[in-house]
Amino acid sequence: MTKRSRRGRKQRVVITGIGGNLGRAVARRLHRHYDVIGIDRRTVRHMPKDIEIEQVDIRRRRVEDVFRREDIDAVVHLNIMHDPRTRQEEHHQFNIVGTQKIFRLCAEHRVQKVVVLSSANVYGPDPRNDQFLSEEAALMGGQKFEAIRDLIALDMFCNTFFWRHPEIETVILRPVHIVGRVNNAPSKYLRLENPPTILGFDPMVQLIHVEDVVTSIERALTPGIRGVFNVAGPSPVPLSFILDELGRKPRPLPEPMLKSMLKTAWTLKLSDWPVPELDHIKYVCMVDDSLVRSKLGFEHRCDLSAILREVEKGPYSR
Amino acid sequence: MLDKLRARIDDALIAPVRPEVWKRIQAMDAGQNEFGYDPFGFNPESLKYIIPLAVSLYRHYFRVDTYNIESIPDRGRVLLVSNHTGQVPLDGMMIATGALVEKKPPRMARSMMERWVPSIPFISTIFARCGQVVGTRENARILLDREGCILVFPEGARGVNKTYDRAYELERFGYGFMRLALETDTPIVPVGVVGAEEQMPSLYDVKPLAKLLGMPAFPITPTWPLLGPLGAMPLPVKYRIYFGEPMQFEGDSDDEDRVIGVQVEKVREAIRGLLQRGLEEREGVFF
Repeated sequence: MTKRSRRGRKQRVVITGIGGNLGRAVARRLHRHYDVIGIDRRTVRHMPKDIEIEQVDIRRRRVEDVFRREDIDAVVHLNIMHDPRTRQEEHHQFNIVGTQKIFRLCAEHRVQKVVVLSSANVYGPDPRNDQFLSEEAALMGGQKFEAIRDLIALDMFCNTFFWRHPEIETVILRPVHIVGRVNNAPSKYLRLENPPTILGFDPMVQLIHVEDVVTSIERALTPGIRGVFNVAGPSPVPLSFILDELGRKPRPLPEPMLKSMLKTAWTLKLSDWPVPELDHIKYVCMVDDSLVRSKLGFEHRCDLSAILREVEKGPYSR
Repeated sequence: MLDKLRARIDDALIAPVRPEVWKRIQAMDAGQNEFGYDPFGFNPESLKYIIPLAVSLYRHYFRVDTYNIESIPDRGRVLLVSNHTGQVPLDGMMIATGALVEKKPPRMARSMMERWVPSIPFISTIFARCGQVVGTRENARILLDREGCILVFPEGARGVNKTYDRAYELERFGYGFMRLALETDTPIVPVGVVGAEEQMPSLYDVKPLAKLLGMPAFPITPTWPLLGPLGAMPLPVKYRIYFGEPMQFEGDSDDEDRVIGVQVEKVREAIRGLLQRGLEEREGVFF
């Protein structure tokens, strides 16, 4: 079913950061019902023919032309960098300034809907956490892990935008660990033959498949939907159970040892794991996703075994 | 070969438990998902790591007698509210063991642990697998909404650490449990534990020393610290656990303390009644 805008044509959606694995997955799904325009500073390949691509950094002036040229009905903002190796300033600049720019353009050009992909990591793993964090929980992810502070700032910024521009429907999605045929940290961890674990810790974890995240984005584009939503997939299981299912042979190490090893590896550029991220395999950081299920009618398609099968396949080759 | 060894260890572990009881525990429905875990990480199968110790204590050391355990409903949300005594809080373990091995079908009485417990290696995992939950209000609410059974001690440390001259007197109750019960419309089953007071009769609580050591109390008992670490062993007293009839309360969970207090007092009264009955019925401390 093709979505028609008020003006009687196909709705036009801008996807920022379309060149990533997630961006591509979103684009492939949305282009059937929407006119899709992609923005990315990377070269974009393997895209359906009817998608218009603008290769430009979102902080540049030329982005504005995209909004000038056409009437945009919605923006899906995925252009958020998660690269622990990039310089902190550049990382912060790109994420915050880029987001701010997109939001300003949306306000100026009366875009009706903005969907932002944040992450459940903004809550941060902590021993004092409720087993399931609701959308109102404090964003504590930054207390130990500095690199996530720009994501928190970004999430907060979107929240203020939400209040400053009530005429625009802002949707913030906070999915749990996204895995599947992508190349992000959780997927890479699960692909390790001998993943290190922390001796004596085995937290419950939630996973979600990329395609289910895409579904939630699709749902978020429904007119009338606004607000912050946690997104999770199948019911949680212990980390050891997942590694078992995958047939991995984990290497449990005492935490101080693992920490110092990881730190050395990081300094020597042998690994790209930031040390504070170890908390994710130590403490719980799970979300209550009842709101997205009741208000957006979201349902996950991929159960745990399907998710794990997909992880095994590895990322799509570029 | 390793698997075989593992299977044999597992068999040895559950040996103290009667097979039919263990079968009932395995088949228990405590809200697990298709993989056998509930959202808090509880897995009935993992109870085998703790249940041999618990059952040995239950059957042979404290020789626990339970009365009227059927008053715990077979299913549906319920709060077990008990007195808390004995310096070393083993009463929770005994109540939970009772609900598992004596009751048919078994119920898993979940208790709430301190918030720093998940940061201790091994303990965090074992406790979670055996049904313990981090003590936040939200967690209690989630558990009750999932029709769980929670064991609470509204006296808290005040009850455990009191000296023997106040044995079987109930300390001040916290109000949180009542607000929770009203909010989630949960019946309360009062529980009275008789016997635990005598396991370590505290003669005097050396408060400055406790403060220095960062402990909630430093009790002086007839054997501790006189006999050294051996003196810290609880005496082999006989436990008697009395379960009262379920009580249903109605009202606004956000009411003033004054109003809530009246209802808390009713539960306290019920527990006091159970203790009274237990003290009258028992003929000795050790048998």
